[in-house]
Amino acid sequence: MFFLAALGALGGAVGVVAMRNPFYGVLALIVHLFSLAVLFLLLSAAFVAAAQVVVYAGAVMVLYVFVVAYVGGDTESAWEPIPGQRFLAPLIGAALFIELSVAVLGSSLLALGTEGPDVAPGFGDPAAIGKLLLEDFLLPFEASSILLLLAAVGAVVLAGRRERVDDAPVPGSAGTPGESRPAGPGTGAPQGAAR
Amino acid sequence: MNIEWYIVLSSLLFATGAMGILIRRSPVIILLCLELMLNAGNLALVAFSRMVGNQEGQVFAIVVMVVAACEVVIGLGLIVAIFRRKLPLDVDQLRELRG
Repeated sequence: MFFLAALGALGGAVGVVAMRNPFYGVLALIVHLFSLAVLFLLLSAAFVAAAQVVVYAGAVMVLYVFVVAYVGGDTESAWEPIPGQRFLAPLIGAALFIELSVAVLGSSLLALGTEGPDVAPGFGDPAAIGKLLLEDFLLPFEASSILLLLAAVGAVVLAGRRERVDDAPVPGSAGTPGESRPAGPGTGAPQGAAR
Repeated sequence: MNIEWYIVLSSLLFATGAMGILIRRSPVIILLCLELMLNAGNLALVAFSRMVGNQEGQVFAIVVMVVAACEVVIGLGLIVAIFRRKLPLDVDQLRELRG
């Protein structure tokens, strides 16, 4: 079971890196996420696995699919601007992997070679995690919720407001109301004027 | 299965994600590779949490998921903004901060 899930996770990861079409890359990442959820279940982290499937493979990937469909799956150009990038990058990746493995396996963590201690049946289920989140980790929990709120507001500001600014015609073309106004304290007007 | 295997798999996934970031030039794919690296970190966190027999590592993994979701939202917002301005979606050509 572990090897099956590990193969899925690794295959998904390689698929993300290797696929030319971003849409297939997103699909490969979904495979990767599901395999990781299986691995989390094997590590008796039921709530994390459920959150992985629902939040990641559900919500975040839908967002990705929408953006890829909006932007269009145009493939990037085949040549690389940095010579030897295509050969150098796997080399660096392999070096990173070897370094990480040496660092972890060379450490004196004796429990690495075991399956971990026996845990109670409720280990990692939603009740236990929720209790931890709302009692011991209340402050990080609230901080992450504020972070989510900020990210949502930031995304709306980033992606939503450009409509009016960019659709304003360049000076000299047929005017829309408001064009004759000087660049006032409007939303992003200096950027629009700089173009 | 021993915890070692999970850790080795996690570092392999992390290296794959880093390699993808180095190779690819489309911002969407680079965000996907960032997801790979974050998930590799998550796997390591959960594996170590199982090794110690303590559930607090899983709380860490959940917080990492929240941060990853924020990063995705902001990154995709940036990509949509870049696309609307008809700039090339290529990180090698997006060299200037000025819009």
